[in-house]
Amino acid sequence: MPQMNMIEAIRSAMDVVMDKDPNVIILGQDVGFFGGVFRCTDGLQRKFGEHRVIDAPIAEGGIIGAAIGMGVNGLRPIAEIQFADYIYPGFDQIVSELARLRYRSCGEFFSPVTIRTPCGGGIHGGQTHSQSPEAIFTHVSGIKTVMPSNPYDAKGLLIASIESDDPIVFFEPKRIYNGPFDGDPEKPAVSWASHPKGEVPDGHYTVPIGTAEIAREGSELSIITYGTLVHVATAAADAMGVDAEIIDVRSLSPLDVTTITDSVKKTGRCMIAHEATRFGGYGGELAATIQKDCFYYLEAPVSRVAGWDTPYPHAFEWQYFPGQKRIAAGIRRVMEAAA
Amino acid sequence: MANKSRLHIPKPSARPGDKPDFSYLELSPAGSVDKPSVGAKTRDIEYLSHELVRVLDDDHEAKGPWNPVLEPEKLQIALRWMLLNRVFDERMWQIQRQGRISFYIQATGEEAVSIAQAMALRAGDMCFPSYRNQGLYMYRGMQLVDMMCQCLSNTRDMCKGRQLPIMYHTKSGNVFSISGNLATQYPHAVGWAMASAIKGEDHIAASWVGDGSTAEADFHHALTFAAVYQAPVILNVVNNQWAISSFQGTAGGERRPFAARGLGLGIPGIRVDGNDLLAVYAVTVWAADRARRGGGPTLIELVTYRGGPHSTSDDPSKYRPKDEWAAFPLGDPIERLKQHLIHDGHWSEAKHDKLIEELKAEVLAAWKEAQQYGTMTEGPYLDPASMFDDVYAEPPKRLESQRRRMLEVYRDKGDL
Repeated sequence: MPQMNMIEAIRSAMDVVMDKDPNVIILGQDVGFFGGVFRCTDGLQRKFGEHRVIDAPIAEGGIIGAAIGMGVNGLRPIAEIQFADYIYPGFDQIVSELARLRYRSCGEFFSPVTIRTPCGGGIHGGQTHSQSPEAIFTHVSGIKTVMPSNPYDAKGLLIASIESDDPIVFFEPKRIYNGPFDGDPEKPAVSWASHPKGEVPDGHYTVPIGTAEIAREGSELSIITYGTLVHVATAAADAMGVDAEIIDVRSLSPLDVTTITDSVKKTGRCMIAHEATRFGGYGGELAATIQKDCFYYLEAPVSRVAGWDTPYPHAFEWQYFPGQKRIAAGIRRVMEAAA
Repeated sequence: MANKSRLHIPKPSARPGDKPDFSYLELSPAGSVDKPSVGAKTRDIEYLSHELVRVLDDDHEAKGPWNPVLEPEKLQIALRWMLLNRVFDERMWQIQRQGRISFYIQATGEEAVSIAQAMALRAGDMCFPSYRNQGLYMYRGMQLVDMMCQCLSNTRDMCKGRQLPIMYHTKSGNVFSISGNLATQYPHAVGWAMASAIKGEDHIAASWVGDGSTAEADFHHALTFAAVYQAPVILNVVNNQWAISSFQGTAGGERRPFAARGLGLGIPGIRVDGNDLLAVYAVTVWAADRARRGGGPTLIELVTYRGGPHSTSDDPSKYRPKDEWAAFPLGDPIERLKQHLIHDGHWSEAKHDKLIEELKAEVLAAWKEAQQYGTMTEGPYLDPASMFDDVYAEPPKRLESQRRRMLEVYRDKGDL
């Protein structure tokens, strides 16, 4: 089985789908000749030509707006927004147009746009290159929101997204593009080569949108998380010697409620972790779902570990990032609560 | 503090109680503006963006190089469509005033825009309309009864009760779904046109916004993308002088015409008499021809006047002179085409009156039929459970569960 990092897996997904379907095109800033600032589209313009891998002006609203029109005219556009932090000029087009078109026209018109965008911190990006705005999008009916945590899922979910007739916002946690990250910035970088999810088939396969994955089975508590924090939480639980079950949500909307609640019912304890700010965040939705379905199984209050409710500060990145220490504190809160 | 301010605040030429004053409108005599070849370079035809292309003169004659020389029968058909648009609007306005529908928007005074441009485009060209382009839907084959059922949100409503009245759509007629958010359709038209070019087809796209909406970012995104990729698209600005209560100067129209907005990007602009069906038709054919031959986008400013309130929720007597439309130098598009046909001996007052009566009867018959599919107060009603359809291609579990919960609470529309 080939080894791929997340960038290669994402590129491979687009390559495979573009080979299969001539209507798939890519539109975004620096995606063409240069191959993208994170190299995700490297080589695709050479292979598929400049009419299918199109360098766009710096106008996120224009990129998404034009992609919608292309989708209405039978193409299947992949729009790259260079950083999730830059998606806001396109927000109206996503919320008022892309998400609503099928509904308002009762299915006569739809536009199968996939918006790829790198998110998350841990790369010294400051507040304009580190945000995790997924909850802003999970709140919008009519779009689906996805965030993989490893190369295998990234490729399978991206192929499923591009082939879906629904619009999808596909978040790529850029801290783990090149390797899993356990939250310790002092440690040497680890590559995906040593990780089982770095094994990625060359050809076509999908990971269904709407399914969570048990990243690791455990019995003492459930940690519900996604993106970079899947790896941080696993490392934190290992360091503490806690037998945690790690659930990688990966499809934030639609949500695989059963996998999550089955786990919490089994362990009786639950911690939720995400990098995005806490207040009004996605963890609140998870916590509400869990208390509704698992209330009588819970032996402790559901705990949340998240980014602080501030912008992402450049110089205090590692005090902001929900690293192992904060996750460990969250685990202790849940484990030490009286049964 | 206020009297020290050096800020320029644009002000309209007349407010309620003032004498209407259109001296700010620069007009060219009919027939006086040169018609270039469709392959002309943008920099050589900049004059088109500040002069005013007109074919019909004040004596109802068609003249000059832009005269499309249409058959009288074709002009009679155009007149019929414009009249139908107006008669339909009048009836729907009344119906709203009677409380039978919640909201309406009329195109009064602007009918030539949709009708002339629909006539100039091909059926395979895609239209991305604004909310005052109902004439496009009519011309592209939407039945009056279907438009009325949409406004009634009844069981035959194409939008299944999800959209405000007048927000139609027709896939088969190639007219896009109307959004309530302004100018969002502009980049869609450009993207659609880009896809047409990518696929090697010769269909073009056209879109419409008002003078006010040119201030939206989407307008500028669309122009940039259209220019960068030379998309085969016609971008229309319907300058009806008013955006609810703010006059066209508030959108930046005081110093240069909206038609000149694209010049910096190399997009040719044409300023046309929007109440002159012949001129609108001619410039649209020119722009469509240019786009189809690979010449890229054209920005057309249609100078017209919003003859009625912005919508049924608006009262223009609060912000503009009541008699302003009567003083508008470009008149009424229906009256002008009618007088032209009469002048040429192809129409008469009697025929005109008879046609209006026929159209009124047609609209009334459609209204009677529409009500059979339900009204706001009498059934049959739409099934509220359908509100959970079409959010996604397939409803996810949580929507199915919400549908069940909604039905447990509300058995039918009367049970609230």
